[in-house]
Amino acid sequence: MTAVASHRFDALFEPRGVIVAGASSHPGKFGFVALHNILRHEYGGAVFATNREGGEILGVTACTSIDDLPASAADLVFVCTPAAANVELMRACAKKGVGAAFVTSAGYGEAGEEGRRAERELVELAEELGMLLVGPNGQGVVSTPVSLCAQIVAPYPPRGRIAIVSQSGNFVSSFQNYAVQTGVGVSRAVSAGNAAAVTVPDFLEYYAADPETSVALAYVEGVVDGRAFYEQVRRVAERKPLVLLKGGRTGGGQRAAASHTGALASDERVFEGMCRQAGVTLAGSVEEAFEAAATFATQPLPRGPRVAVLTTAGGWGVVTADAVVRSELELAPLPDDLRTVIDAKLPPRWSRNNPIDLAGAETRDTIPEVLELAAGHDDIDAVVYLGLGIQSNQARLMRTGPFFPDHGLERIVAYHERQDERFARAAADVSLATGKPVLTATELAVTDPDNAGPRTVRATGRLCYPSSNRAVIALEHLWRYARYGMRRARA
Amino acid sequence: MTRTLSEAESKRVLAGHGVPVLDERLAATPDEAVAAADGLGYPVVVKACGAGIAHKTERGLVRLGLADATAVRSAAADVLAAVDASDGPVELLIAPMVRGTRELIAGLHDDPQFGRCVMVGLGGILAEAVGDVAFRLVPVEPVDVDEMLEELGAQAILGEFRGEPPVERAALGEVLLGLSHFAESDPAVVAVDVNPLVVVDGRPVAVDALVEVAE
Repeated sequence: MTAVASHRFDALFEPRGVIVAGASSHPGKFGFVALHNILRHEYGGAVFATNREGGEILGVTACTSIDDLPASAADLVFVCTPAAANVELMRACAKKGVGAAFVTSAGYGEAGEEGRRAERELVELAEELGMLLVGPNGQGVVSTPVSLCAQIVAPYPPRGRIAIVSQSGNFVSSFQNYAVQTGVGVSRAVSAGNAAAVTVPDFLEYYAADPETSVALAYVEGVVDGRAFYEQVRRVAERKPLVLLKGGRTGGGQRAAASHTGALASDERVFEGMCRQAGVTLAGSVEEAFEAAATFATQPLPRGPRVAVLTTAGGWGVVTADAVVRSELELAPLPDDLRTVIDAKLPPRWSRNNPIDLAGAETRDTIPEVLELAAGHDDIDAVVYLGLGIQSNQARLMRTGPFFPDHGLERIVAYHERQDERFARAAADVSLATGKPVLTATELAVTDPDNAGPRTVRATGRLCYPSSNRAVIALEHLWRYARYGMRRARA
Repeated sequence: MTRTLSEAESKRVLAGHGVPVLDERLAATPDEAVAAADGLGYPVVVKACGAGIAHKTERGLVRLGLADATAVRSAAADVLAAVDASDGPVELLIAPMVRGTRELIAGLHDDPQFGRCVMVGLGGILAEAVGDVAFRLVPVEPVDVDEMLEELGAQAILGEFRGEPPVERAALGEVLLGLSHFAESDPAVVAVDVNPLVVVDGRPVAVDALVEVAE
C-alpha cells in the first residue's frame, strides 16, 4: 500500500475529543481500563463513552448510541466493542466526523479465515469512510503533547522526544517502562496490532514529519513487502534517526540454496545489510533499542568516532576502552596538549593517557575541569564519564548509619552529594556547550537510582547508562547514523 | 524455473559488467587442451565446463597446477572420462594457474522479502562455515560498497597479507558495483556466485563463477 498522508494521523495523535466505544463499568474489562487511563492522565479534550445499557462510568455519562453524541466533537474512537459490532459503529462514527479509529477488538486477522475476511471488510470500510484505521487487535495509543493515554495497558510515560511504534503491543509497554524508569520521555507511542491498514513504516513516516519527535523507535517482526519497507524506512532515516528492534532475526538461515551466496543469505544478514543501506540503526536487544533511542533524543550527534574515557578508577576505564575498541568507535589517542594541561592539575599518578584515569588524585574541581577540557578538544568527538556517584554512595552509608549527623557526618554527606550533583550537571553543560556527546555511566543508575549522581543526570533530562558497555553501544548507534549522513552528504 | 549458465558463459557475461576474469580457453579434446595450454603458458588448470556441471571440485573435475603438455593431456582425458551423459554437453576449460593466498566470494541473491542483493565476504571452501559476509540491496552506490567491505570481520585479510600487497578496495568495489549493474540491466538474473574471487597481487579475479537466470 502507499504511505498514509501525514495529516490523517492528527485525528489519532492530536484529537479534539475521544470516544471510548464499548466502555464498561467492570474494572477488569478493556472498555473500563481504556476510559480509566484516558481520564487518569488528564487528557485535555472531550471524553465520551458508549455502553449498550448507558449509565455513568467514572463520572462519564455513557451514551447508548454514537448517534446521541454531538457532531465534530471527537476525532478519535477507541474501539473496545466486539468485532461483530464494529462495522455499524464505524459508520456511525464517520457521520459524527470521527477521523480515526483505534481498534482493540480481537477476532480479526489473527483468528482464522473468518477473522481475515472481517479484517478485509473493516479495511475497505475505513477506506470508504476516509477513516484512519489502527489495529485491530492493538493495545492503544499514547500522545504526551496532548496528555492522551488511550491504551489498555500501562504505563504512561513522561513527555519527551522518542516516538514508538510496535507490531507487538507489549513492546510499547516495555519501551515506555524504560521511559518511566530513566525519565527520558516519549512523544507518541502506538501499538499497530494486526496493522491491517496502517503499517509500522506508515507510522514511522508520520514520526519523521512530527515536530514533537526527534527519534523513532520501532519493533518489527514480519515485513510484508521488503522493498516498500526499505524505501519507507530510508526516507524516515533521511530526516530523523530510526532505531529498529527486529524479532525473528535468526530464523530462515538454513534455507536450502544451490549457490554459496544463497546459503549465506540468512534473513538476519540481509535485514542487517538493508538497515545499514537505509541509514537505520538496528539494535540487538530491547534495552539496547531503548537506550539508543534515548541517546538520540538527548545527546548531540558525534562529528567523528574518537572517544575519550574519563574515569576516577582504573578498572572501569580499561573495560570501557575495550568496549570502544570492539565497536566502530575509536579510542582517541590522548592529545599532547591535553596531557600537558591535565598534568598541571594533577599529581603524576594519573594515567597520562586515554582512558583519562584520575586515579583518585582529583580534587574539588578536577572532574568538571577535565570534562570541559576533554570535550572541548578538537581531536575528541565524544566523552564517556565513569565514577559518578561513588562519594554519594558512601554518603548514603553515613546518612543511614547510627553516627549521623554527628562527628561531622552531616557536613561531609552534604558535600559529597553536592559534588556528584555538580559533576552530573557539568557533564550535561559541557555537552551542550561543545555540541558533543558526553555520556555518564554507572551501575548506580539502577542499583541506587536515588543517588545524587544518577538522580541529577535524570534531572538534566539525560540517560544515566547502567554500564559503560551500554553507553558505548548507544554512542556507536549515534556514530553509525552520523557517519551515514556525513558520507552521503559528501558523495 | 531457472537455468544455470556454464562457467565459461557465466564469466563471459560477468566480464561484460566489469568482473575481472582470467584469459581462458575452451577445448573439446585433450589435443585442443594442450594447444590452448601452450598458448596460455604453464602452469594451467583444466576443468570440466558445462551448464549441467556443479560440484566440480568434489567430483574431481578440476585439475590444478598442470606444468606441461603431458600433464594437461592426461588431466583432460581424466576429466572427460569422469563426466557422463547426465552432465549434458561438456567442454574443457583451460585457464592459467593463478596464485593468491586470499579467496573472497561475491555474488547476487534473490531474497524472498527484499529482492535481489549483492554480497561480498570471505570465500573459498570455508565461506559458508565462516559466514563473514555483507549484503546490500540492488542497486548499490559506491559508498554502500565501501561500507560493505568495512563491515567484514576479517579486515586483516584485506590488508597486507603474508607478503602480498593489500587488496585494492576500489577494484573489489568495482566487482560489487558490476554485479549490481548486472542485476539492474537484466531482470532475469536470480543468482550469481563468484567463488573463489582470488586476490592476485592485490587485485580480485574471478576464478570460478556461476550465473543463474530465470526462464
